Amino acid sequence: MIGFIAARLLQSIIVMLAVALIAFALFRFVGDPINNMVGQDTTLEERAELRERLGLDDPFPVQFARFAINAAQGEFGFSYQHRRPVSALITERFPATMELALVSAILAVAVGIPMGVYTALKRYGLLSRSFMTLSLIGISLPTFLIGILLILFFGVILRWLPTFGRGDVIAIGWWTSGLLTADGLRSLIMPAITLALFQMTLIMRLVRAEMLEVLRTDFVKFGRARGLPDSHVHFSIALKNTLVPVITITGLQLGSIIAFAIITESVFQWPGMGLMFIQAVAEVDIPVMAAYLVLIAFFFVVINLIVDLLYFAVDPRLRVDRAGGH
Amino acid sequence: MRLKSIAAVALASAAIGAHMPAQAETFRWAFQGDVQTMDPHGLFETMTLGFQRNIYEGLVIRNETMETVGALAESWENISPKVWRFKIREGVTFHNGNPLTAEDVAFSVERIRSEGSDLKVVAGLIEKTEVIDDYTIDFHTPNPDPILVNQLEIFYIMDREWAEANGALEATNVKGGDEGNFANLNANGTGPFRLVERQSGVKTLLERNPDYWGRAPTNVTTAVFTPIGQDATRVAALISGDVDMVYPVPVQDWERLEGADGVAPLAGPEARTIFLGFDQDRAELLYSNIKGKNPFKDMRVRQAFMHAINVDAIKAKVMRGASQPTGLMVAPAVNGFNPQLNEARPAYDVDKAKALMAEAGYADGFEVTMDCPNDRYVNDEKICQAAASMLARIGVKVDLLAQTKSKYFGKVLAQNNYDTSFFLLGWTPSTFDSHNPLSALMSCRQGGMGAFNLGGYCNERVTELTRMIQGETDQAKRQAMIDEAFEIHLQEVGHIPLHQQPLSWGVSDNVTVVQRPDNVLDLRYVMVGN
Repeated sequence: MIGFIAARLLQSIIVMLAVALIAFALFRFVGDPINNMVGQDTTLEERAELRERLGLDDPFPVQFARFAINAAQGEFGFSYQHRRPVSALITERFPATMELALVSAILAVAVGIPMGVYTALKRYGLLSRSFMTLSLIGISLPTFLIGILLILFFGVILRWLPTFGRGDVIAIGWWTSGLLTADGLRSLIMPAITLALFQMTLIMRLVRAEMLEVLRTDFVKFGRARGLPDSHVHFSIALKNTLVPVITITGLQLGSIIAFAIITESVFQWPGMGLMFIQAVAEVDIPVMAAYLVLIAFFFVVINLIVDLLYFAVDPRLRVDRAGGH
Repeated sequence: MRLKSIAAVALASAAIGAHMPAQAETFRWAFQGDVQTMDPHGLFETMTLGFQRNIYEGLVIRNETMETVGALAESWENISPKVWRFKIREGVTFHNGNPLTAEDVAFSVERIRSEGSDLKVVAGLIEKTEVIDDYTIDFHTPNPDPILVNQLEIFYIMDREWAEANGALEATNVKGGDEGNFANLNANGTGPFRLVERQSGVKTLLERNPDYWGRAPTNVTTAVFTPIGQDATRVAALISGDVDMVYPVPVQDWERLEGADGVAPLAGPEARTIFLGFDQDRAELLYSNIKGKNPFKDMRVRQAFMHAINVDAIKAKVMRGASQPTGLMVAPAVNGFNPQLNEARPAYDVDKAKALMAEAGYADGFEVTMDCPNDRYVNDEKICQAAASMLARIGVKVDLLAQTKSKYFGKVLAQNNYDTSFFLLGWTPSTFDSHNPLSALMSCRQGGMGAFNLGGYCNERVTELTRMIQGETDQAKRQAMIDEAFEIHLQEVGHIPLHQQPLSWGVSDNVTVVQRPDNVLDLRYVMVGN
């Protein structure tokens, strides 16, 4: 098991290097950072001098090697825009993104699974049909549009919820949390729903399809024939057997929730890493962009690893197979 | 008067004691981007410096009518052609309680010479400083400099002791060190507000400085600034009452604000002039089907373009009637603006334009690529589209390349060798003086001048006049020279000035603000409540 984890972590380094390489190759197409760092009255000589100090004239392999060597030492450089170390910025923005992503993921699972089970069991019910229709909307509407519509309805027309930001946060060590204040929670509602909606509908449809599949299998029929109560058949037998694909998808989706929080964060001016990334793109803040992309790659690798480990916990067959010694 | 009544209120509430916060007024506002740094010498950019002016102050300041008045300097005089003597205001303290002295001014001049400083241009105006006594300082200029004082509003004074104590003796460097500069996230000025909390890119919190030395009619006690990047979110935040003021508001959203309760758009002329320019330097255009020669070198072609562009139609169709068509490269708020010259803009006349094109040998027109930003100025891309369709009528086929500002500027500016044939650009003179655009945009590219003269327009007389304007102390003579330079430029169609773009703010009915023509909000004049 330990060897397995170590091999995966080793893989992650290769993935991150590849991402960094591709990212660096793309940065030259983003534009010129110098003009965002100086005012219009700064002379051409000073601009050229600044460019040289930052090493922006160096050839691509040199810039990349410098980044890779520094990153290996945990040093992600200095933000052009914020004039602060990138690592400090990420530490500051990380809690906002994580809280949003986790709350969204929990929301998606907690609502998506029961809805999926329900629509599978009561296939022709009115409620099921309306869930299915709603889920189509959830899957097909782009995230930013959902966000804007929520803001318009709950923020501007009803004025129930704040339109932007994270509200009041409480600092616990280096972590800042909006989950402990009323204002923070109110601010979280709309972004969390916006971010969760797509995953929620995806999970619902997945659970429904899997349930329908499992309900048709022989062991479910035998269970019923044995006279087991419906609830036991549905939840202990059928649902448990649908969970493996659901865990895979949900796990992978957690990665994309974190990565695609970019859109939700920029619509709601949520002060997380995604917003920082968007601002960095607009200002051609190369150190921030590079660090963010590498970090996201790392998240994906780690989440995949956790998903694989969860399989062992959920699916006894995997454990049996290994014990059998392949 | 007003100040007195505020003082009276403050006294009264102090007497009432702990129950006073009835007077506490919070003002929340949002801009599309963040203030990049709290360091007053870190970035020479209007938005950043404008924000910092609430915390830091220079020797002079522009008041609500944009008149330059003394701030930290009580008075100043030209004791000899190359020496300005400033009398520093006594009794002013920094937010940490340290008194302001001439030493702090001398230190600040040294600080803008340090590596990370983006105010080296200002530093270049001052050859050396000489502290005469605690409250008197001389600035020696390399040449006679009649407008030095006007250029000092954006040069803020920092407390030497504070900088020493916090290791911030040098200006914040983009390249940075391990931890970053203390002054990047912290501030200690003399202004009416002090910095309480700074989260870059998220939120900046200011608090009224009760010991402020000067006049600040505002009743705001706490001010919260948030950058909101998305236009729709920013406008929604205003309408929902989450913030009291936002800017910029997309021109297209004005009707929405007018229809909403409790908010209104606030528009006014910005000092930013939007213009078109052509490559008149290269022997052959980089992006055109005409080979072996450069049509823009022919003045008749440039005149034809001028006659073909209908600025009134752009105003009506693209700018919702809110732009100010212009014949000059400077706005009315800029020193040296001459209304008569501004009216002299050649009229819109397609037939005449066609005739000029035919005369120049381009009766069938030609193709040219136009560079245009799409997120820098108000409706920039739409203006370019409109110009392209107008030019199509005289046979010029414009291939429009509109892109984000980082890419656009990366392509057309000096560092990329002015890689453009035809472009749109906007300019606000940071000094509010005509010399600035004359030097940066309209002089020949030589000796530090013409850095933003992307098309390489070059007339020796204009360049010579620009040099003379810099040193001329007689205002009447100076104006005559400015007029002459502008006249030549207009007659030769060095650029095609289009309009001054509108300022577009959204303000809650509950607050009143003063809109500066450089798009800066000064908290000194913000009033909350009735």
